[in-house]
Amino acid sequence: MSQVFLGMPAHAPADVRALHGTQPFPAAARTALADSQLRRNLGAATATIRGKRAAAVAEVDDWEQLRFAGQQIKAATMARLDEHLIRLEQAVTERGGTVHWARDAAEANRIVTELVKAAGADEVVKVKSMATQEIGLNEALAEAGIAAWETDLAELIVQLGHDTPSHILVPAIHRNRAEVREIFLREMPGVDPDLADDPRELAMAARTHLRRKFLTAQVAVSGANFAVADTGTLVVVESEGNGRMCLTLPPTLITVMGIEKVVPSWADLEVYLQLLPRSSTGERMNPYTSTWSGVTAGDGPQEFHLILLDNGRTAVLADDVGREALHCIRCSACLNVCPVYERTGGHAYGSVYPGPIGAVLTPLLTGVLDNPTLPYASTLCGACFDACPVRIDIPSLLVHLRARSTELRAERRLVPTSEAVAMTVASWVMSKPRLFAWATRAARLGRLIARRGRIRSLPPPLSAWTATRDAPEPPTSTFREWWLNGKERS
Amino acid sequence: MTTGSARDEVLARIRHALSASPTEPIEPVRGYRRTGQYSPGAPQLLDRLTERLTDYRAAVHAATPRTLVSVLEAALDGTRRVLVPPGLPAEWIPASAVIDDGGMSPAELDAVDAVLTACTAAAADTGTIVVDASPDQGRRAITLIPDRHVCVVRAAQVVQTVPELLSRVDPHKPLTFISGPSATSDIELRRVEGVHGPRTLIVVLLSD
Ligand code: SF4
Repeated sequence: MSQVFLGMPAHAPADVRALHGTQPFPAAARTALADSQLRRNLGAATATIRGKRAAAVAEVDDWEQLRFAGQQIKAATMARLDEHLIRLEQAVTERGGTVHWARDAAEANRIVTELVKAAGADEVVKVKSMATQEIGLNEALAEAGIAAWETDLAELIVQLGHDTPSHILVPAIHRNRAEVREIFLREMPGVDPDLADDPRELAMAARTHLRRKFLTAQVAVSGANFAVADTGTLVVVESEGNGRMCLTLPPTLITVMGIEKVVPSWADLEVYLQLLPRSSTGERMNPYTSTWSGVTAGDGPQEFHLILLDNGRTAVLADDVGREALHCIRCSACLNVCPVYERTGGHAYGSVYPGPIGAVLTPLLTGVLDNPTLPYASTLCGACFDACPVRIDIPSLLVHLRARSTELRAERRLVPTSEAVAMTVASWVMSKPRLFAWATRAARLGRLIARRGRIRSLPPPLSAWTATRDAPEPPTSTFREWWLNGKERS
Repeated sequence: MTTGSARDEVLARIRHALSASPTEPIEPVRGYRRTGQYSPGAPQLLDRLTERLTDYRAAVHAATPRTLVSVLEAALDGTRRVLVPPGLPAEWIPASAVIDDGGMSPAELDAVDAVLTACTAAAADTGTIVVDASPDQGRRAITLIPDRHVCVVRAAQVVQTVPELLSRVDPHKPLTFISGPSATSDIELRRVEGVHGPRTLIVVLLSD
């Protein structure tokens, strides 16, 4: 690894596997596109969730005002991130919690492993957390002889299927009920051999399977959706009750949280607790939200550890355009509306963060040279921006990252990626900072005037490029052809 | 200690990242609705809370102080072991109920059929009730492990919006926001009610 100066924002290290796919996106996408079962599963699931989300959002007449507030609170928080984290640390500590800081994945994993060992445990129950997937915690614990049990139903399906997640909210979205049944029959000890492939029966099988674990576990590991700096309150939003089990029953609780999850005040939650459930599961409110600050005598875990994780986030913060990606509340709405995601699925992105947000967040975390093709995994149709509850301008971030990639590769005299070659006009524009700045501004303008959330076309010179790919909901064959064209030209 | 230096390092990285392009944090504009059109306990809110909880497959029963005991009896019908938190109003407590003394282990709680509690507040717009571990609501485990949760909501506790709900709860207490029984959408994104949390949620709406 290159020499890093103290205090310089750092990317996620190259050995963080959950952020580094084994294949570039175009190659992985080609494989995924050939899998028609996968496309059917994804098409059905995303269509269902899109309909539910649209209905849940339509019910809220101040939705746009909530989105603006959600965007502005995050921007204001990032501008003073150090201060908010210090206040959070102080509030959590005052209420009996212990706060740890981790520069990267390896450090966070080491801290968790030591805490589990100190508690004398050789297994932990886990509630779904993107942060712990990102750092590869389960693998690190396994190396230390500690078993990690995923308790979220979708995570359990992924874990039992020896699979990797393909969606932020529903990591097993690529599996249909028949496949889930097969996995349970194969991997779940003592499962009823007559198990049907009815979702209700499958959920009940998971309940039985995990009940004993919940009642006896000594240590739980969770993520956090939000942490309130003023009050030291951690928030976990969930549906199944596995989160409540993990947060309440084991005597020791370890929470791993990205530093960007802090919000300044309790009142900020009134915005996010309205935006998140409607955007993610299309519900007015998710079944359970748990909040706690520090330790409460006689109720829940008596030992609480909070790990604040960097792992590339400070490098994202240092990018004054890319910084916006840290506003993400992981609702997954952008995945569900993305025509590329719908066809390739999450695995093609090679990262624990797939879809439109993954296509920007992953290269921002690792440095764009480590994930040079991801910013091209988009048609720039703009649907993600319209769906995003905190108004992250993902299309502009993608364009920004394409430009960064071109610049950096030119600096290092690397061969341009095939996508860049296929888009010479765009990359020529992007290599000229002034022209590019103008074009991006024009692109933002284009979105402002776009009707019904689609950019019909971008002003020149980007029009040459977008004209071929901004059709809303392009039919499958078009997308496939798009890749094939890219391949032939490279 | 390495963790001490990790703290300094991460904070220094953040300051460095921000110093390259300093931005003054702007005061966020809160143009959204912070209070509802109906005042707490308004009949419209009780109707809406009922409708939204029912939509999530919770059962809602209306009661008055006079009918409360019989409504609770009906809500607990078919259960043998009922647990109540230590501070529940005496007149609500069924004769056979066990009062939680904080000593039952998770495994012992698993043998309880139902729990009966009060709540802290409720929001009609989203069909949400909040319990905060006060003496009439009990420690978190007792509303989690038993398979049936019967929760009494007083009409005056029902507000309209999420902001009003949040302003009525104490962020320092362990809070649980409950909107229907536990559910999952993890298989083909189809909603199935009843996973790890109580599979049956019965809300008793008590008007004065
Ligand atoms: S980028 Fe926006 S839409 Fe996508 S997951 Fe994050 S918050 Fe949701």
